[in-house]
Amino acid sequence: MIEFKKLHKSYPIGKKDSLHVLKGLDLKINEGEFVSIMGSSGSGKSTLLNIVGLLDTHDEGEYILNGQKIEKLDEKKAAILRNKFLGFVFQSFNLIGYKTALENVALPLYYKGIGRKERQETALSYLDKVGLKDWAKHLPNELSGGQKQRVAIARALVANPKVVLADEPTGALDSTTTDNVMDLLKDINDEGMTVFVITHEEEVAEQTDRIVRLKDGVIISDEITATGKLKGKYV
Amino acid sequence: MFDLDRWQEIFQALSKNKLRTALSGFTIAFAILLFTLLFGIGNGLKNTFAKQFAGDSQNSVYIRSGNTTKPYKGLQSGRKIQFRNDDSRFINEEFEDEIQFFSPNVERFNVLAVYKGEQNRYQVRGVYPDYQPLESAVIEQGRFLSYLDLEKKAKVLAIGRLVEKDLFGDFSALDKNINLDGVSYRVIGVFSDPGGDGDERFIYTPFSTAQGMYRDNDELDRFGLTYNPKLTVDQSLVFTKLLTKLLKEKHNVDPRDQGAIRVQNYAEGTKNVQQFMGVLTVIILFIGIGTLIAGIIGISNIMVYIVKERTKELGIRKALGATPSSIVGMIMLESVFVTAISGYAGLLLGTSILKFIGPTLEEYFILNPSVETYVVVGATITLIIAGTIAGYLPAKRAARIKPIDALNDK
Repeated sequence: MIEFKKLHKSYPIGKKDSLHVLKGLDLKINEGEFVSIMGSSGSGKSTLLNIVGLLDTHDEGEYILNGQKIEKLDEKKAAILRNKFLGFVFQSFNLIGYKTALENVALPLYYKGIGRKERQETALSYLDKVGLKDWAKHLPNELSGGQKQRVAIARALVANPKVVLADEPTGALDSTTTDNVMDLLKDINDEGMTVFVITHEEEVAEQTDRIVRLKDGVIISDEITATGKLKGKYV
Repeated sequence: MFDLDRWQEIFQALSKNKLRTALSGFTIAFAILLFTLLFGIGNGLKNTFAKQFAGDSQNSVYIRSGNTTKPYKGLQSGRKIQFRNDDSRFINEEFEDEIQFFSPNVERFNVLAVYKGEQNRYQVRGVYPDYQPLESAVIEQGRFLSYLDLEKKAKVLAIGRLVEKDLFGDFSALDKNINLDGVSYRVIGVFSDPGGDGDERFIYTPFSTAQGMYRDNDELDRFGLTYNPKLTVDQSLVFTKLLTKLLKEKHNVDPRDQGAIRVQNYAEGTKNVQQFMGVLTVIILFIGIGTLIAGIIGISNIMVYIVKERTKELGIRKALGATPSSIVGMIMLESVFVTAISGYAGLLLGTSILKFIGPTLEEYFILNPSVETYVVVGATITLIIAGTIAGYLPAKRAARIKPIDALNDK
């Protein structure tokens, strides 16, 4: 589903120097996996997410998403691929403030070119799935943090993507809501969705099936968690 | 562009962000309102001037005589110069090419005119048929004097609109007989004159009739003529200078004598008025363009601010699959929509204010202040285009920002 071969990425600093953030990553994530990337700040995990999410481009190496080699993407193609293959969940939720929960969830379908009525129905069914059907007409500032993140997850799922990318999805939440959100991600994964989580919290990472640890732009470990072993996906 | 979904997105963005919408709408509406008012008032000033100087043909020349102020060739000063019929012939022969319309003139002031019970005193002028275009008189009923009337010394009159009103009330004066100083004349025409009330209280009669009635022999009072419109203002001034010189020679008047023969060329005044109107037009244009530029700067600032404020929202939209062109399109459509609607509102408000306060401004020399529709529509379109460009540049930049940067923009 997601494959890196010798992936490099550097950012220019000033005129001459550059910061080498990703130093030749090799990684393969199969369909239906529940993977977390761990690392302290500066380890390159956010850069990795941006590249996976087509929000940023890589310099060297290969990135293959859903069997398609990603190279020389212009903004328009990237936007279409994001809309088709990727669902995002952010730490700060990133809901549009003047749109209701339902309208926020329906937005990816609008960019997919789906009719209004079908958008509303699909969006409502996903809100129902995250348990917020009754909150459909509420604006984001009328929802709690956990509710907002569940709306965001519904929005990430609504266009039926191949991968859900979650960047510190529980970073802004307390421990109870963190568990709720993680349970929801697990449910999604159980239904077959590939879920890719970025976190620096051990408790969050432990709930996934596989932990990839990054340090200074290289992978220092890649292990199957106890949960993962229990599921028997990895033999 | 005419995608219903797209418009729904835009209406929602506009109605849910009322302050933003109101701010940009107000800027545009206010700019168009000011533009309309200033332009309208400027046009009103111009109208006043145009009317003030509409009285006579702008290429008219009047020649009057008086007493000499200097002795010349053994003749004493204080001698009265009297124009006669041979002066008419002389002027026409000397300046055949330069003259367009020509009429000698016999004047009589305070002539008592009587029709049945009504009577009043008017100025009576004996003139040629050419005098009608000279005064810019417009025939309302009947006809003006003809050369046949002149030849037959017919006792006929063309009277001003107000003479008819004074003597005949609401009835037509045409073919009625008016008594002037005990002699009966038939009214053959009624005229109006853009020169105003004074010019509409004249009575015209054939030159030959008046000369026979009020003068002993071939004496006359003055000449009126218009010069060939092909002449420029400067050429016409050369013409009148030469005319003055020849007439002074003919009547043995010192060339430096200013009192005996006076030639008044309206061209000089016309030149000044035209220059003034030109300056006024430039000032009005300047004000109009200035207002527009202020409006353009206003809407540009607001568009930059709006895009800045929406950076995060645009980033979210991009992460969810919005293409850069759909982002740019959305912002520009919003901008055009708001500009068009509020520009129209400003236009309506401005023209209705002008209509409403127009009459009360007449005492401040502002007549019929109004703006041609195409000017205001043009101004609104200019603002729409400016708003679009002003929206396009920041929108383009916003669409280029990496969504991740936009999302990190807290």
